[in-house]
Amino acid sequence: MKQYFGDSYVVFLRSMTLSLQNPIWVLVSIMQPILYLALFGPLLVQVAGVPGFPVGDSWQVFVPGILVQLAMFGSLFVGFGIVAEWRSGVIDRMLVSPASKNALITGRVMRDVIMLIVQSIILIGVAFLFGLRIGPGAIFASLVLVGLLGAAFSYFSYAAGLWLKSEDVLAPMINSIALPLMLLSGILLPMSLAPRWLQIVSDFNPIKHVVQALRSVFRGEYLNFETILGLFLALSVLSVAAIVGNLAIKSQAR
Amino acid sequence: MPEIGTMINVRGLKRSFKTPKGVIEAVKNISFEVKRREIVGFLGPNGAGKSTVLKMLCTLLRPSDGEASIAGFDLLRDAKQVRRHIGYVSQSGSTSPEARAGDEIVWHAQLYGIDRNEAKERGKHLFDVLDLEGQWEQKCGSLSGGQRRRLDIAMGLIHQPELIFLDEPSTGLDPQSRANLWDHIRKLREDFDTTIFLTTHYMDEADALCDRLLIIDHGEIVGRGEAKTLKSQVAGDNIKLTLRDNRDTQKAALCSESIAIAQPIISGNLVQIMVKDGAASLPKLAAALNEGGVEAIGIEVSQPTLNDVFLSLTGRSLRD
Repeated sequence: MKQYFGDSYVVFLRSMTLSLQNPIWVLVSIMQPILYLALFGPLLVQVAGVPGFPVGDSWQVFVPGILVQLAMFGSLFVGFGIVAEWRSGVIDRMLVSPASKNALITGRVMRDVIMLIVQSIILIGVAFLFGLRIGPGAIFASLVLVGLLGAAFSYFSYAAGLWLKSEDVLAPMINSIALPLMLLSGILLPMSLAPRWLQIVSDFNPIKHVVQALRSVFRGEYLNFETILGLFLALSVLSVAAIVGNLAIKSQAR
Repeated sequence: MPEIGTMINVRGLKRSFKTPKGVIEAVKNISFEVKRREIVGFLGPNGAGKSTVLKMLCTLLRPSDGEASIAGFDLLRDAKQVRRHIGYVSQSGSTSPEARAGDEIVWHAQLYGIDRNEAKERGKHLFDVLDLEGQWEQKCGSLSGGQRRRLDIAMGLIHQPELIFLDEPSTGLDPQSRANLWDHIRKLREDFDTTIFLTTHYMDEADALCDRLLIIDHGEIVGRGEAKTLKSQVAGDNIKLTLRDNRDTQKAALCSESIAIAQPIISGNLVQIMVKDGAASLPKLAAALNEGGVEAIGIEVSQPTLNDVFLSLTGRSLRD
């Protein structure tokens, strides 16, 4: 266990350093949340008056969706990085070391989550400039939820990258999974605006419940059914993802 | 660490892969031994199963059958100890192009539980030994092919393994860098007492580096021994005829039948004839060609090479 954390930390340190040494990566990562907010926010504020729109201030409804979108799209594409690392021999080299195999993935997921948290803080900060008002408790709770979700997507993406080992296959696969998940999560438009059948379909999408949990946290409701369900589902998805990710790295040596 | 005489002991190693077309037996029942401080090479054409064996011995691939002990540890039951005691330099490299060389080696050392300061010290020493002075701060992607390969070797040596596996070490390097790399590999044994096991499909590399060779083809070891011994087992010398055009090659091959000890090999306007004794056969061949009305524009007698060894063992050339 001690070795697992130690090795994870080394892998984290390595991937974080490599990321921060790339100025374009840093710039894009910072600009991403700002662009989401500046280009899409004003549009949704207009929609907020429509009947059926969830309760709460329009920014309180909208920012949680953008946070989840950030978590999805930031993390789902990390698998590309591991394909490149595999191609340059880095993954095999690490697998031949006595390091914990799970740590090889976990360390990378740690980098992704920390980066996502930083992006989320920037996003919430910019949203304050636009008029969002939430308390420190809500900020903390939303960062936890976003972090859990981001970690889950990172694990899945690394697993897909390690299994497919091809950017050309990975890209359409990620898109074909991410698109329905996103449309059925009420990120762009709240599912409460959808016809009944679509709402039922979306009930099976755990992401939707995480978005709803975030929205209720943003309204200051921490202990209602929605919040607890969202947290529970985020933890469940992460558990499954971590198992899948660890299986993927273990399957590299057989 | 117990002092052991046998560094690698492989018994009946097999590996098959399932593909849509059926099961492919990449490695069929391979057994061999490598002693401490030996440099042993796996020589064979691409696709012969060299890398598959190497990956199995490095714990990257599970054998379908058979057993092996590496540096005194059982490959299957004690894989983690095996990993601690071996270094592996893969064909595809070991570093990210964006990473600084020094950072990469220190991080790698940390995965072996070596602390940062110790790792830096060892890494800098290895950089000196492998002619990488001044490259510590450089990005791996900006190093030359030869430098990057030496960096890969430094990475593989950072935890001071007793045994290092090199997969096709000089592939893709220019002749000068290759010769330089070979010097460095030979020095590893002198400097660090390292046992070296390498794969190659270049006979000059096998000739230049290895104390002993295992010749592998279609997943089986078809010959083994010192390069010198293997070559002396090949029955004769080679005569290479260069002809004016392709039409003459058939005629020349026909003329040589009386003295050749194997079917002559025709490639382009060249004919390769295997004879018992090159010097004695030459006048006979010249007479036969004269009689047949074939004029050779070049004639060359050569001692057997490892390619001839491979040819006599498998009926094919290494380059095929």
